[in-house]
Amino acid sequence: MKSVIAEDLVKTYRNGAVRALDHLSLDVEEGTVLSVLGPNGAGKTTCVRILATLLKPDSGRAMVGGIDVIKHPEKVREVIGLSGQYAAVDEILTGWDNLVMFGQLYHLGKKASIARAEELLERFSLTDSAKRPIKTYSGGMRRRLDLAASLIVKPKVLFLDEPTTGLDPRGRQEMWSVIEELVKGGVTLLLTTQYLEEADQLADEIAVIDHGKVIARGTSDVLKKQVGGERLEIVVESQNIAKTMEVIATVSGNKASLDEGLRMISAPVSTGATALIETLRSLDAAGIHPLDVGLKRPSLDDVFLSLTGHAAEEKVEEPEVTGRRKKAKK
Amino acid sequence: MSAFKDTMIITQRQLRLLTRVPEVLIFSTVQPVMFVLLFRYVFGGSISTDQPGGYVQLLMPGIFVQTVAFTLAGTASGLAEDMKKGLIDRFRSLPISQSALVLGRTLGDSLLNIVVLAVMGIAGFMVGWRPTSGLLNVVIGFVFLLLFGYALSWVGIFVGLSASDARVVQNVSFIITFPLTFLSNAFAPTTGMPRALQYFAEWNPVSTMVAGCRSLFGLENQFGATAGSFPSENPLLTSFLYMIIIMAIFIPLSVRKYKRSSD
Repeated sequence: MKSVIAEDLVKTYRNGAVRALDHLSLDVEEGTVLSVLGPNGAGKTTCVRILATLLKPDSGRAMVGGIDVIKHPEKVREVIGLSGQYAAVDEILTGWDNLVMFGQLYHLGKKASIARAEELLERFSLTDSAKRPIKTYSGGMRRRLDLAASLIVKPKVLFLDEPTTGLDPRGRQEMWSVIEELVKGGVTLLLTTQYLEEADQLADEIAVIDHGKVIARGTSDVLKKQVGGERLEIVVESQNIAKTMEVIATVSGNKASLDEGLRMISAPVSTGATALIETLRSLDAAGIHPLDVGLKRPSLDDVFLSLTGHAAEEKVEEPEVTGRRKKAKK
Repeated sequence: MSAFKDTMIITQRQLRLLTRVPEVLIFSTVQPVMFVLLFRYVFGGSISTDQPGGYVQLLMPGIFVQTVAFTLAGTASGLAEDMKKGLIDRFRSLPISQSALVLGRTLGDSLLNIVVLAVMGIAGFMVGWRPTSGLLNVVIGFVFLLLFGYALSWVGIFVGLSASDARVVQNVSFIITFPLTFLSNAFAPTTGMPRALQYFAEWNPVSTMVAGCRSLFGLENQFGATAGSFPSENPLLTSFLYMIIIMAIFIPLSVRKYKRSSD
């Protein structure tokens, strides 16, 4: 069962001069996470706004939770939760005020609204700051509260538009674990992001979009395979470079390339870890002790680059992500 | 029914904002009270009038009308601020009556006006304002003022929805309200103005409101221009017609604008 279906969505601005969506189609299987990945201006937010009934497409069809978004937006609103790019909560009111107000707007009644607000504050570790105005919250806390507000009535389908944009690494980690927990609870999630790392971490499936079109789609692994297999990377001292290149070329059967600055030799390999072990044995036999070794799977940056011919993020800083190997591709 | 409830919740939110940031309430009352004192003591001495009880009797209706006219700016900038922060998107993604948001805001701003008018009335009383027409007429006068503020808050909704930036909204609102309140009979006789402006002042809704309130508070409309014209003979009726016209234009315009924002 598909919880979200978008077919041939077209949306233009300024009388067609700007084409935000260009026959975009995608769908999300019930209970799964689809990440819509693309750079700024690719059409991610427009897509979410249409699915969340905030915007009407010029043409195309969209269904959310089995309901036609264009014909019955009011019914769609009953089954969705939306958390936007900017934390859309009332800054002056407290976290508690906000959640109770939204609960009432969902027609929960005062008592149930308060109970639900307290439950959500607890769950998102915001109980201590519940009675403080939102403007005193950190970026991460705001996003968590915004997310809480979109979960008041346990939506069937949740839209998160760039949930971690602008957060520091810690805020991002916190947000990720909150989202991962939600996903375990079985919600259908459509998440947009410009962070490749984030799509990789959270999504079952990724739709890469560029210029308003889906240009590739599949699991993270499938997308990575489109770009090619793994690369063996070895760093050695200068005097060993020549010999090491020879060894790697022999083992991998491919031409090894050298990054002189890093003294890193690399080559694509098809046998993964086996190739790594073989290489290390040969180097050991030759008396060479590598400074660093690694088997690198292609990053989604590589995927994006090979799909679009341009880097995913020209202007936006790639977030630093602790505990994961990351290479800046600019 | 649920549309009504939704509206009330939005109105409650407006009021809660006031309790969370009492400064808003304090400054929305300090400003008009300051005007009362400034006009009463700075201009009061130099504007000659044979009004029993002095200039302050004529001044108070003028300041009341000016204050409710500024509702326009408050409504507009509040709405623009909500739009900028994405709060409107959140409301629009909820299964609530889509009109509740703007309706609730106009009502909330009217409730704020009640408080502001009450404080001003007390301040006026302390500096010598004494309406002579009896309690009932004074109450009717205040109801009239609130209605005028309510009508203008729909202009504010339209301005707030149209503008792209909250600061622009503030400026636009003042450009609308300042000439309206000063090119009128609110503070000084219009007879000193150039002829063209006199006509404008005569037909200006602010003038008809001020004249209407003066009559309800038991005063002659001393600052009015040409006697015998329709607005100066029928200030209350004219004001009422203006309110209906304003709402008949700006409610549909605002609703359309609000719906259009999803195109």
